[in-house]
Amino acid sequence: MIDFTVVDLSRLQFAATAMYHFLFVPLTLGLSFLMAIMESVYVMTGREVWRRMTLFWGTCFGINFAMGVATGIVMEFQFGTNWAYYSHYVGDVFGAPLAIEGLMAFFLEATFIGLFFFGWDRLSKVSHLAVTWLVAIGANFSALWILIANGWMQNPVGSIFNPQTMRMEVVDFTAVLFNPVAQAKFVHTVSAGYVTGAMFMMSISAYYMLRGRHLDIARRSMAVAASFGLASALSVVVLGDESGYVTTEHQKMKLAAMEAMWHTEPAPAGFMAFAVPNVEKRENSFQVQIPYALGLIATRSLTQEVPGILPLVDHAKTRIRNGVTAYEALQAVRANPQDEAARKTFNANWPDLGYSLLLKRYRNDVAQATDAEIEKAAFDTVPNVPVLFWTFRLMVGIGFYLIAFFGLWFWLVSKHKLGQNRFLLWVALFSLPLPWVAIEAGWLLAEYGRQPWIIEGVLPTFYAASGLTLVDLAISLGVFLAIYTILAIIELILMVRVIKKGPSDRSVLEDNVAGGAYAPAAAPANANR
Amino acid sequence: MIDLIPLSYEILRMIWWLLLGIILIGFALTDGFDLGIGTLLPFAARTDAERRVLINVVGPVWEGNQVWLVLGGGAIFAAWPPLYAVSFSGFYLAMLVILVALILRPVAFKFRGKIDDPRWRNLWDWALFIGGAVPALILGVAVGNVLLGVPFGLDDTLRPRYEGNFFGLLTPFALLCGLVSLSMIVAHGAAVIGLRTQGAPAERARRYGRIAALTAAILFALGGLWVAYGLAGYTVTSVQNPAGPSNPLMKTVARSVGAWLAGYSARPWTMIAPILGFAGCLLAWLGMTVKSWRTALIGTSLAIFGIISTAGLSLFPFLLPSSLQPNASLTVWDASSSRLTLWTMLLVTGILLPIVLAYTAWVYRVMRGTVTTETIGRNPNAY
Ligand code: HDD
Ligand code: HEM
Ligand code: HEM
Repeated sequence: MIDFTVVDLSRLQFAATAMYHFLFVPLTLGLSFLMAIMESVYVMTGREVWRRMTLFWGTCFGINFAMGVATGIVMEFQFGTNWAYYSHYVGDVFGAPLAIEGLMAFFLEATFIGLFFFGWDRLSKVSHLAVTWLVAIGANFSALWILIANGWMQNPVGSIFNPQTMRMEVVDFTAVLFNPVAQAKFVHTVSAGYVTGAMFMMSISAYYMLRGRHLDIARRSMAVAASFGLASALSVVVLGDESGYVTTEHQKMKLAAMEAMWHTEPAPAGFMAFAVPNVEKRENSFQVQIPYALGLIATRSLTQEVPGILPLVDHAKTRIRNGVTAYEALQAVRANPQDEAARKTFNANWPDLGYSLLLKRYRNDVAQATDAEIEKAAFDTVPNVPVLFWTFRLMVGIGFYLIAFFGLWFWLVSKHKLGQNRFLLWVALFSLPLPWVAIEAGWLLAEYGRQPWIIEGVLPTFYAASGLTLVDLAISLGVFLAIYTILAIIELILMVRVIKKGPSDRSVLEDNVAGGAYAPAAAPANANR
Repeated sequence: MIDLIPLSYEILRMIWWLLLGIILIGFALTDGFDLGIGTLLPFAARTDAERRVLINVVGPVWEGNQVWLVLGGGAIFAAWPPLYAVSFSGFYLAMLVILVALILRPVAFKFRGKIDDPRWRNLWDWALFIGGAVPALILGVAVGNVLLGVPFGLDDTLRPRYEGNFFGLLTPFALLCGLVSLSMIVAHGAAVIGLRTQGAPAERARRYGRIAALTAAILFALGGLWVAYGLAGYTVTSVQNPAGPSNPLMKTVARSVGAWLAGYSARPWTMIAPILGFAGCLLAWLGMTVKSWRTALIGTSLAIFGIISTAGLSLFPFLLPSSLQPNASLTVWDASSSRLTLWTMLLVTGILLPIVLAYTAWVYRVMRGTVTTETIGRNPNAY
């Protein structure tokens, strides 16, 4: 039977390693683009300072990138190690985007990252610029494919269950590719990465300005970061609204939970600005609503209803009952593939098969489930309401703050008032962690909000785990915790050292130029002349 | 319905079996020399300057090389989902050890040069050693265990269950395979060191490389004898439909000593794989002895190609035999993705893999040439 401690520890391990991986990913996404922009300016204007900027931010990028790669490898293999039944059950669909990610994205970014660092004195200016852009494009491709995979977990389109192989199989790859959830996730998540890169650059430049060091680089970096940041912050919020919209369509329970909305609201629904959800009593002890707002965000209309948690639970009960019918038919088909009646029943009810698996938490012979068990299983479809409610508000709050923040700095840049107000510089410095907080909150919302499903409506999380022992998980969790903690400390120390040391001065570069390398004009293409 | 897929299920499965081999060989050929150089680092290079030279030989390319491993993971997931599920969860703690070793590598490359302190650098040198030697050894041990059969079973919902433990993997035969893999990788690394550097490290690499190439040849031969006379292989005893559904529980399997060699008598041309493996090792040894590094590298590459192909061909059509419930063994004919997935992934791979190979070749060309202390000094980004 399934060991629930093992399942919970597997979830903990996956959550911890994924959230850790995603500390580095957004900075890679953002900085790679910003570096490509800076190097483009360098190539177009030939102004040395832009190259020094590219090199300096490149050093920060390199440290971050190494951590991104190290933690990404763990993710790639963890589906197999910890979620064996998941891998069997959906590998036919889910494995493809993961493999394509390797072919299309990782090869691109990882092959050219080497040339980015080692190719300065071997490539012409334009070739090197192309290399930098390819790294940025590679990083974005990787986000696209992994989010197609993740989007399918939230909205499993284009596939059906095959009784002979006992798994989900693809029938329509374009549906998987153009999954609206995946599209919404992609644009929202990469924009979040760009905001993060912009904030990183803003904060560190602000630090230099406060110290009165490296002003030439700090000013220009701020100008780039403020405009890039404003555009990205706007797009995160606008596209976040898109995420909310597709969530309404495809994951009604998640939406209801993040709104702490227990009962269906008459249209147009109000947006819950503040609430104290009481999970025991299935109601809010206290709430403040903004009229109409949710209806507009979630349905883009004033007439559509947004269903509440309790009605959705009732709906889940119906689906569990259908699921049991499908489950019984499946047994019959497997026992006798010629049984046409059973096959018909199965084909009519298979989309609810996953709901019957929810009952496996209470008994193995699902067909014998009692009403009480069905009731319990239906309530299992409610995710953790307070957590979703607050992570969503945290993310949205930061989103609006970031628009104001970058808007202000953009204005300062265009008025040439950078660095005059020390208070604002301190604000910029201390805003550094905010994008990361929003991002981790966003992932918690998206993934925790999907519970109890690992594949929405198809496969419950507990049913998908590997049959590992407690000892296995204790060891792996301990090892990851130890090694990730040590690496986090080392990475922070190195990052701070690099930042304190700052970009190399002109004179140091000149020494190198004398040695032939790094000279803007000494690229091989010109050297042969 | 009209069938739009031009290839049969059987052919697609065959192609994906070959592609799996190509990806694994690609990994061993490219990332293999990174692992080998990491393993040799503390021994072939003594001073910091020497070590930096070796590290910067792989510096610009190791990240791209490592993607072969990532792709291997992704390709197994996409084309052979049951294999991905059963092997990675079955080898749980062994996978953990490999992952930890592989986590150490990227950070070691990046962090080592950032602080100029001998103790700091020495620490990361050993991290690179572990990051090189441990995966090379354990991946070999894993192959050994596959040849032995893995204690897993499948219930009627195809949920895998595993009854081994980490120390159970370390049997003498599996360790022998681990050593074949390690010595083959070390010889490959040594050949690349020789080709790309000069002076003392290259000389030391030559010494270690010759030993490694010979060891690989001897152990490989020993492994062959063991498989022929001491080891129970697996045979499918029922008729298996190569285009049947991917359900491993629809056949029967028997074990007998020497069964792994049956394929070679049925298809004598496949003997070329072990011969190449063997000849490659000797060629590598010869090349290093006469200081022809190019010959040595051709030798180690042939050895890698031959040895990995030998393992794959011996197992065919098995991917992962089960010692606990032999009928549940995974084979090429019953552990793949659906026909549509195999076909789609083949299209994607057919387009993208050549592009990847082309730009990888271009990057190698740009970064060609001997690495010395001077070339490193010129690049502030060097490791
Ligand atoms: C939105 C983007 C995104 C998301 C959701 C994920 N990753 Fe990631 N991943 C990246 C974006 C990225 C990246 C930007 O491409 C990285 C980060 C830093 C880097 O080096 O590349 C990367 C690195 C990276 C690597 C190393 C690649 C290499 O060797 O170059 C692997 C194997 C993975 N990831 C795998 C995963 C898996 C299996 C995930 C799912 C749980 C995952 N990543 C989530
Ligand atoms: C890197 C960004 C990501 C973060 C920060 C993240 C976060 C999380 C969190 C917090 C959980 C735990 C939920 C829970 O068990 O209560 C989780 C679970 C999980 N996520 Fe993600 N996730 C990320 C990306 C992905 C992607 C891209 C995929 C798939 C392609 C994915 C697949 C899973 C799986 C398989 C689980 C384990 C089962 C589960 O608990 O649902 N995650 N993730
Ligand atoms: C008004 C602002 C925002 C709105 C309305 C919004 C909306 C959403 C919604 C509805 C989800 C859940 C999608 C799902 O459940 O599948 C989500 C997820 C997420 N959010 Fe936001 N968000 C906002 C701001 C931000 C900001 C500022 C950041 C980071 C800088 C951010 C980063 C993320 C991330 C990383 C995820 C997880 C990936 C995903 O599911 O797309 N969001 N957001």
